[in-house]
Amino acid sequence: MNNQRRSFMRKSMAGSLVAISVASGLLTPSRVLAAWPKAAFDSKSVKDAMMGLLGTEAFEESNQIKLRTPDIAENGSVVPVTVKTKITGVESISIFALENARPLAISADMSAKARPVLATRIKLGKTSKVVAVVRANGKLFGATKTIKVTLGGCGG
Amino acid sequence: MAKKKLKVRASGKRGYAVVKAILFHPMETGLRKSKETGEIIPAHYIQEVTVKHQDAEVMKVNMGIAVSKNPYLSVEIDGAAKGDKVSIGWLDNLGESAATEVTVS
Repeated sequence: MNNQRRSFMRKSMAGSLVAISVASGLLTPSRVLAAWPKAAFDSKSVKDAMMGLLGTEAFEESNQIKLRTPDIAENGSVVPVTVKTKITGVESISIFALENARPLAISADMSAKARPVLATRIKLGKTSKVVAVVRANGKLFGATKTIKVTLGGCGG
Repeated sequence: MAKKKLKVRASGKRGYAVVKAILFHPMETGLRKSKETGEIIPAHYIQEVTVKHQDAEVMKVNMGIAVSKNPYLSVEIDGAAKGDKVSIGWLDNLGESAATEVTVS
């Protein structure tokens, strides 16, 4: 057995692994997606996110929107959120987590065939207000709820 | 064998269908640091999810980094009946994608 060769192999293997991880670290997504609202998703403030996605930050509080979430989330990395509304002519449903580093979590564009229901799971960095914004017939309606988070879910 | 990338189930109700999907994905935010190296873990997350019914687009869901790991999505399609085809596909920020088609049961 050639020990020198063995150790050489081991070293070169380790070297290439580092190279790969560095390369993937440099792969920042600069690709522009036509449909994906990059500016809105990259926004750090709620105002920018709402402006970028919906063109305005003003919405009308509506009791026609049901925002179902837990009151206390033990684990902030998995918080179930369900948005349901009786409003007709819904064009999109978006969910914002106001205290997150990037407030816009998800936004669904709906055709006429989609029922105005959206259920998913989001991450919350800390205790935060969560706002569901529904766009229907060109108007914006919203519902807000505060979720207490005992363990944050955005890194650390 | 390649790891399964999404799981979809569509169940028919009266006049509509409920589509539930789990998309297997790390949903890395790009804000987290690796505990071992202290380097930032590059962002890797799903950006777009398309829901189709009989090849017609019903919904386009745009996701950000605040969606949980292995995203769960539940939506409802009006007028979808048993035997209809529903497909869900996703596309992430690194250009990876996956799609699957199921029959409403």
